[in-house]
Amino acid sequence: MSQLAIASGAMRNRPALRRRRAKSGVYTGLLIAALLVAVGALAWVLVYVGVEGFSAISVNFLTHNPPGDPAAAGGGFFNGIIGSLIVVGIAAGIAIPLGIGAAVYLVEYGKGSAPGAIRFVNDVLIGIPTIVTGAFVYAIWVTHFGFSGFAGSLALAIVMLPLVTRTTEEMLRLVPNDLREGSLALGATRSQTVLRICLPTALPGIITGAMLAVARAMGETAPLLLTALGNELFTEFNPGRRMETLSLQIFTNAFTGFKEAQSRAWAGALTLIAIVLILTAAARFFGRRVRTAGP
Amino acid sequence: MPPPADAGGGIAVMRPGVSRVSLRRQRRRWGDTVFGSAVALTGGLVLVVIVGMVVFLVLQGLPAMQHYGFFSFITAGRWAPSEADPTLTHPNPYGILQFMYGMLITSLIGMIIAVPLAIGAALVITEIAPRRLQRPLSSLVDLLAAVPSVVYGFWGIFALIPAIRPIVDFLTSTLGTVPVIGVVFGGPFFGVSYFTAGLVLAIMILPIIAAVWREVFRSTPRNEKEAAFALGATRWEMIRIAVMPRARSGIVGASLIGLGRALGETIAVTMVIGNAVLHINPSVFSQGATMSSVIANEFTEATEPFHLSALFVVGFWLLVVALIVNVVARTVVRRGVAL
Repeated sequence: MSQLAIASGAMRNRPALRRRRAKSGVYTGLLIAALLVAVGALAWVLVYVGVEGFSAISVNFLTHNPPGDPAAAGGGFFNGIIGSLIVVGIAAGIAIPLGIGAAVYLVEYGKGSAPGAIRFVNDVLIGIPTIVTGAFVYAIWVTHFGFSGFAGSLALAIVMLPLVTRTTEEMLRLVPNDLREGSLALGATRSQTVLRICLPTALPGIITGAMLAVARAMGETAPLLLTALGNELFTEFNPGRRMETLSLQIFTNAFTGFKEAQSRAWAGALTLIAIVLILTAAARFFGRRVRTAGP
Repeated sequence: MPPPADAGGGIAVMRPGVSRVSLRRQRRRWGDTVFGSAVALTGGLVLVVIVGMVVFLVLQGLPAMQHYGFFSFITAGRWAPSEADPTLTHPNPYGILQFMYGMLITSLIGMIIAVPLAIGAALVITEIAPRRLQRPLSSLVDLLAAVPSVVYGFWGIFALIPAIRPIVDFLTSTLGTVPVIGVVFGGPFFGVSYFTAGLVLAIMILPIIAAVWREVFRSTPRNEKEAAFALGATRWEMIRIAVMPRARSGIVGASLIGLGRALGETIAVTMVIGNAVLHINPSVFSQGATMSSVIANEFTEATEPFHLSALFVVGFWLLVVALIVNVVARTVVRRGVAL
């Protein structure tokens, strides 16, 4: 703490104090500037997508498929929106129960060094590039059954699984031990305690985590290129076949070089951002309720 | 609350008809065991997935690895699928050094820009902003992470590139003409480039790094901050002597988590880097490719001999790099703060 001693010694020296205050002011200003740049970048992206998107979006866009000729005006990404909902829906159906199960194991059942190791691997899995996840699903699924919406769901489920596990685990840890002990003391088994006491108590937080994971999956594109592949022009409800998603359509239409296709892609980008932001905001709303309801 | 039926079961033990009750208890125990085993299986799933990734990427890459040799991919820097000839094993037309270079240089540019900005943002949110602004400001920075990758790429092409073009043109005509370092800053600039990809990456990893740092800075004991102020420290001095020393390992860990994300980011990079796969381009303003971008760009059109298999080799090495960076990052972060 020698710096402190120097600092307090300098107090008697007025010009030095002024210099230190000025230095502090300059650094504080730089830090605030850094925050403003970050917020400015966000504003730039959102405003740009908003302006381009609102000038292209319409009811027609949300209810029609793209025209056969990419240079033609009109049409929309109905097939991609449906595809996104189906692919992400199946992925959520796979990943959320498995993630909650894994978190229950980590918090309520795991003994010895296994939970620590699994938690570590789970964190590492969060950082694995999603294109690698896509390649993995291609290897285990697409090589046998072909490109399909379900293959895309598998890839997104692998992206979501560690996210759901981690947030659920954190929420289960917040459940007070008194509740568990009370339940066990009344004669309930461990599984009953988990299913009727721990999970319901942690539910709002679990929902928050699940929604954030769904929001993340909605925007994923890379793994879907290798699995769902897209089908361009028609609506597909069967997840056993190739499927278009909103993210894939934005990606392919952005590069066509046709103004009309690009404006459809902007409308798609606005739709996607709106879905993701609504999910994120709703998740935060649930998250706030957790914190105020907590002990 | 446990259901009344079960509570009654516990009391019934005292009464006659014990065998029936104990049977029910056994069934309950059995159900408990099944539930316990089931969650243990789901817990082990992440291990299966990680191991499965390594195994299956190697299996898919094996034909190319056997044909050209395991290490020939990372010692060659020329990717020319059209030159692939199944009868030749040398030279390897699927060299991936230029993708490693592209991955590292774009991530480096992203880190150089994002790290100081994220430090500033995190410090302002935890130490400088008024208490009632802290939550909204955190949410705003977090929103940057919520914007999908494909949207960043699209925005990069149409908004970012026109905006940086005058600056880059100026740099290529000044720095680009200086001997020696001019090679790194040389033109011509076509918009899509390593530099553009690095900028987009900076925006994408900023919120991730800032989020970890916020937690790190928040863990500074309040009394140490107050002690610094009580001794007459200015705000900056308080940050330097009370907040920063404790945050050091967290700072490294958070940067590494951001780096891990930058190395593997795919779609946004693919959209703004130009996908020039042939060889390393020395200028940061020239077009290139990264490990992930070449997979995304060529995967569904891989028709040359060993082409698809070679892309799996790229995926394998990308996975190796990502595993190393993430394992180190998580180890450092875990030691520093409980995250």
